[in-house]
Amino acid sequence: MPGHANTGIVRNSPECYLPNSIQATARLMTDRLTILGIESSCDDTAAAVLRREPDGDTQILSSVVVGQEALHRDFGGVVPEIAARAHAVKLDGCVVDALSEAGVSLSDIDAIAVTAGPGLIGGVLSGVMLAKGLSAGLGRPLIGVNHLAGHALTPRLTDGLPYPYLMLLASGGHCQFLIVRGPDSFSRLGGTIDDAPGEAFDKTARLLALPQPGGPAVEEAALSGNPERFALPRPLLDRPGCDMSFSGLKTALLRQRDQLVEAEGGLRQSDRADICASFQAAVCDVLTVKARRALKTYLNESPAEPAFAIAGGVSANQTIRASLKALCAEHDVRFTAPPLRLCTDNAAMIAYAGMEQFIAGHRDDMTLTARPRWPLDRSVAPLIGSGKKGAKA
Amino acid sequence: MSRRSKTLSCPDEQATGNIAEALGAGLRPGDTVLLEGGIGAGKTFFARHLIQSLLLVPEDVPSPTYTLVQVYDAAPGEIWHCDLYRLSDPSQCIELGLEDAFDTAICLVEWPDRLGSLAPVGALTITLAATGTEGARALELSWTDPKWETRLEGVAT
Repeated sequence: MPGHANTGIVRNSPECYLPNSIQATARLMTDRLTILGIESSCDDTAAAVLRREPDGDTQILSSVVVGQEALHRDFGGVVPEIAARAHAVKLDGCVVDALSEAGVSLSDIDAIAVTAGPGLIGGVLSGVMLAKGLSAGLGRPLIGVNHLAGHALTPRLTDGLPYPYLMLLASGGHCQFLIVRGPDSFSRLGGTIDDAPGEAFDKTARLLALPQPGGPAVEEAALSGNPERFALPRPLLDRPGCDMSFSGLKTALLRQRDQLVEAEGGLRQSDRADICASFQAAVCDVLTVKARRALKTYLNESPAEPAFAIAGGVSANQTIRASLKALCAEHDVRFTAPPLRLCTDNAAMIAYAGMEQFIAGHRDDMTLTARPRWPLDRSVAPLIGSGKKGAKA
Repeated sequence: MSRRSKTLSCPDEQATGNIAEALGAGLRPGDTVLLEGGIGAGKTFFARHLIQSLLLVPEDVPSPTYTLVQVYDAAPGEIWHCDLYRLSDPSQCIELGLEDAFDTAICLVEWPDRLGSLAPVGALTITLAATGTEGARALELSWTDPKWETRLEGVAT
């Protein structure tokens, strides 16, 4: 594919491309592989053990995620583990639990895969430091994994999708369309220029005094609402391409709410339901229209077994899921959505992405560092978002 | 030091963006801008414009709501773009490294009430509010540190 020759993730050690390593790789394809994955780039601390049998069958032996119990409803969201210290305290226990649940010991581990970015630097660093220590102590290879690559490769772990497949990654912090070509090769077709849709759901819940996390709360309220009562904007639909914008939707919703409060002295339950339904319809429309365009670009490449996967917390929304599923059916494209526990942050996806990259011959050394920003596709221009105004630079 | 203030009214997004850029042009490491206002007031919009006008290499400026802090390399120095909404205690701001950043970087802070007494006394506070028509905003700038008199010379509607 012209123009995508240099989209691979830059590695720290060029040695991994040496011929003897390629021979080792060929041998690896026939070995049983046990990979430890470590993830600490966001709110949660996680460790997992993954095993690939010589016939290619891959199973998650364990996947431990710590941090979700810190859900703090009064405060309105997950209390973030901002400090490296907080992750570091949990990491050791996470790894011990993951090994014990998997019924393996450290000496059974063939390689250690760790999220090396993007994310909050303190958290990422504590994971990377632990992985380096384990790698050095055990004498086993180290693989730094892009957190987003973990999400993007999950449909291969869960559904065995063949490359290349189209992917919508939509969560609280991310929203992008990718063509996934290989463990290290991604083409971004477009993404949000401001807020991610998960964030828009959370903020809608905040604006309407609904509980957090906002995704399920807004979806539930929308069930009894009229999606056509309020004409909320569908930003960027008039612009070609797959870029999206959700920030203006939030502002429009705020104005609608204030008008209702002024006219009626407060929000009735039916108002809330109608706002939620109208908001959800707007997000769904934007994602579906842009997905249609992304699908067209992808299908132009004539993939042998066309498939579209959606991952990230937003994939749990049934309205959005049904709309994208219908779109795929219309184009005779296979549709998949990994189960939610593998769509939210976890270390099994990191172990899996690490495993694919390990088989492809990638290795990192002790110079591996935490990268707060790490785009999956380095060949495309950044989304220079500024609302309707577009590029400023 | 007495508190001084200035109110600017922006009829559309372009006008708000222009103010962000004009303010950005005068910022130096050690300057902190506290962005106040509710959801949808335009805090991130303002910060994004300001950051993008100063970036050495164009790049995405995503919302920091989930990541808490995004750090950028910009012409005058490092820029820290923070959204403290999800924090519950000023001690978490210390763990984020904000205290040091206030001295060494340009800091743009959304939901600065979470800082409590950690808020730098020399900061510029900008309160954004949506006004009558769509896209219109009122910006109230206030400060005590006299350095802002010169920093704000080029900032007007």
